[in-house]
Amino acid sequence: MPKPSKPASTTRRAAVVGANRIPFGKAGGAYAAASNLDMLTAALSGLVARHGLAGERLGDVMAGAVLKHSRDFNLTREAVLGASLSPQTPAADLQRACATSLEATWDVANKIALGQIESGIAAGVDSTSDAPIVVSDRLRRTLLKLSRAKTVPQRLQLLAGLRPGDLVPVAPDTAEPRTGLSMGEHQALTTREWGITREAQDAVALASHHNLAAAYERGFFDDLMTPYRGLTRDEALRPDTSAEKLAKLKPVFGLKGESPSMTAGNSTPLSDGAAAVLLASDEWAAERGLPVLAHVVDAEAAAVDFVRGEDGLLMAGAYAVPRLLARTGLGLDDFAFVEIHEAFASTVLTTTAAWADDDWSRRKVGLPAIGQVDPARLNVVGSSLAAGHPFAATGARIVGTLAKLLAERKASAADGAPVRGLISVCAAGGQAVAMILEA
Amino acid sequence: MNDTYLELVNSGFTKQIAKKLGLPRPARLRRTDPRRVDDPLVPGPVVVVGEGPDADAVATGLLAWDLDVRRTVAVGTRVGAIVLVLTDIVDPTQASQRVLATAGMLRDLAPSGRVVTLSRAASAEDDPAVAAARAGVEGLTRSLGKELRAGATANGLVVADGVALEVPAVLGALRFFLSARSAFVDGQLLPVDGAGAAPQDWTRPLEGRVAVVTGAARGIGAAIARVLTRDGARVIGVDVPAAGDSLSAVMNEVRGVALQLDITADDAAERVIEVARARFGRLDLVVHNAGITRDKLLANMTPERWDSVIAVNIAAQLRMNEALLAAEDLAPDGLRIVSLASTSGIAGNRGQTNYGYSKAAVIGATQALAPRLARAGGTANAVAPGFIETEMTARIPAVTRQVARRLNSLQQGGQPVDVAEAISFLASPQAAGVNGQVLRVCGQNMVGR
Repeated sequence: MPKPSKPASTTRRAAVVGANRIPFGKAGGAYAAASNLDMLTAALSGLVARHGLAGERLGDVMAGAVLKHSRDFNLTREAVLGASLSPQTPAADLQRACATSLEATWDVANKIALGQIESGIAAGVDSTSDAPIVVSDRLRRTLLKLSRAKTVPQRLQLLAGLRPGDLVPVAPDTAEPRTGLSMGEHQALTTREWGITREAQDAVALASHHNLAAAYERGFFDDLMTPYRGLTRDEALRPDTSAEKLAKLKPVFGLKGESPSMTAGNSTPLSDGAAAVLLASDEWAAERGLPVLAHVVDAEAAAVDFVRGEDGLLMAGAYAVPRLLARTGLGLDDFAFVEIHEAFASTVLTTTAAWADDDWSRRKVGLPAIGQVDPARLNVVGSSLAAGHPFAATGARIVGTLAKLLAERKASAADGAPVRGLISVCAAGGQAVAMILEA
Repeated sequence: MNDTYLELVNSGFTKQIAKKLGLPRPARLRRTDPRRVDDPLVPGPVVVVGEGPDADAVATGLLAWDLDVRRTVAVGTRVGAIVLVLTDIVDPTQASQRVLATAGMLRDLAPSGRVVTLSRAASAEDDPAVAAARAGVEGLTRSLGKELRAGATANGLVVADGVALEVPAVLGALRFFLSARSAFVDGQLLPVDGAGAAPQDWTRPLEGRVAVVTGAARGIGAAIARVLTRDGARVIGVDVPAAGDSLSAVMNEVRGVALQLDITADDAAERVIEVARARFGRLDLVVHNAGITRDKLLANMTPERWDSVIAVNIAAQLRMNEALLAAEDLAPDGLRIVSLASTSGIAGNRGQTNYGYSKAAVIGATQALAPRLARAGGTANAVAPGFIETEMTARIPAVTRQVARRLNSLQQGGQPVDVAEAISFLASPQAAGVNGQVLRVCGQNMVGR
């Protein structure tokens, strides 16, 4: 008689062992000729080399891209095959818009926590330069029927049904399918609703550039990044930008409303790039003499009803974080670092304003406000405004960055007390994922 | 990094023209096939020339490797290598018979064949006739190197008094010179002062060792990583963060660990030691390969050009060596250090006062470090490459490059792997008897010794 299968009962915390990304490029810039597969392979190869994993079989690799060609249906597995890992390493593609690689981190961490795997990689990649362009639905349907047509008259009849307008290719955009508004237009509504000023947004952008530039200067990214195609730093980074320069830029979103404030300077640029995180059990890391930078404590996903205008499109972080803190019994003061993805400078400002608004929080989230974020703990080595935002890569960039920050802080503190970090990444479709890391 | 001329004089119609015109005809050198290391070790029988116990000891040692060892051969027999044992002669007149016996076989020497002389080190305390007999071998070996053709080389081992010829250091060095590993080493005399230790497997002498290679992203450094790995070592490759993409490609190829690090940083040594300790629990070998050139006539020298060359090429490795000496527990069999010197550091080179200073400094540091490392069974040696076909030498103007690569006995530039082979040999257990030396990998360059 076969034995009953044993449930994977023990849960443990997955370790963030290390990370790697390629510098992020600007759309049409250094990576204009690179595909998602090229960039994801590069990010994985750098991660493998840094940790000496060539030829190793990992438990799983989960990654994805937001803008994806149909030929890349098995993007992650293809990248694994090109990245010097054992060809026996399995891989899966997944996608949760801009939170894709944070979701991948969560999923891989859970598999490790459950004892199902000992090691894994979470990653994300996106190219706006090499975005898929598709044909119109009418042309696509006609072509499909054409391939099934058996006679010449049938084929001619199908072709005769096409109109010149059907031949215009369809490029992807960031418009929400249910509202037709672009992400920027959505955020412009939220910005106005929360009364966020132009000056405050520019200040967030300025801090992002200065913090990121300073981090590069001190070599912070030397073991988090592998150069690619001639880039050694993020292409969007402007170390010498100033409040005056940012103030001169013309608004680009919310132009129909009063005093538009969102500019190219305080909105993330379209970007190309890839990022990856190595996760493992503590035992797996110890066997290989690899460090444990931090552990994944918990995560929470949230979504808002932006379609009917209940909330702003990018406001789900205002739900995910309070719920996550309530579940874990932690407060904002328990976090040495807070990483909020800078989709727009105003996303950071509206999210933190909501976190601090007790009335709003009780009414909407059903929880008391979590309080004010200490600016000295927020995005301390810059974020997406300066680094750029290849959609699916951003989560892994933030996890790697935060894990290193936590490990540094832990090493410099004598008391050995836990050092925690909080992540909030908003995503298209009115979603967000929040995560807690602890060193 | 192709040498088109070499290809032309070795193939088809152009080979015939070159022959008729009497043009220099550099040979395609025999090199190690990574899939069949040291197999065959020598391209034919090895003839041991000499009499007495020393020659017998050498012949016995070679037989242990299943080589076809002979004491004489009939004229017309293809000879793979000639080992000329002159360790026992006490008067210059005694060399004659053995040298002439060697002469009789030179026409039968195989392409990429070898002549290796074995002699004792001459010293000021010797009787003048003994010193003459010993010192003469140097002139013989270097002249013979210039005479041999078709990729054949002549090198010598200069064995210290008191070191028996059957010890692993002597046989190991002899093995290196006989093999394809020494393809671009010619006209060199290598002093052997200690016994060394035989490796478990002569084809993988670095099994179980952990090596750090600086400047491992490309060129000679990448070749070093590959050869050390082939010979059994685990490699931590170091290069500047900006070279991280090439570094990761090389490290994934050799299943090593990539460490993006500027070796001039204050904490560079600490980081290297930390990674070696955490990942492997040991660090047996450091190859100081990273180097830069900032050429300028001294009259036009700038502080930036002088200081950056000194910082990268010598100051960084001095700091790292001190840190490594303090962490000698990581090298249970003795710490091995091999640094890259250069012909420019030995003979000088116009426009390279900074580089020449730094590379001569490497030699000075190596010699001073040798006795300190010897106390715990370690060694410090240097390898001085001549003209090597790399991205760096490919940037030399075409005509200058053509002339430069012909100015040696093998009439061609060496390959990065040739430098790597010499380094791997110096890092091996058998080479523990070679310490404080500078081994030139230059095809017997006309410049310098």
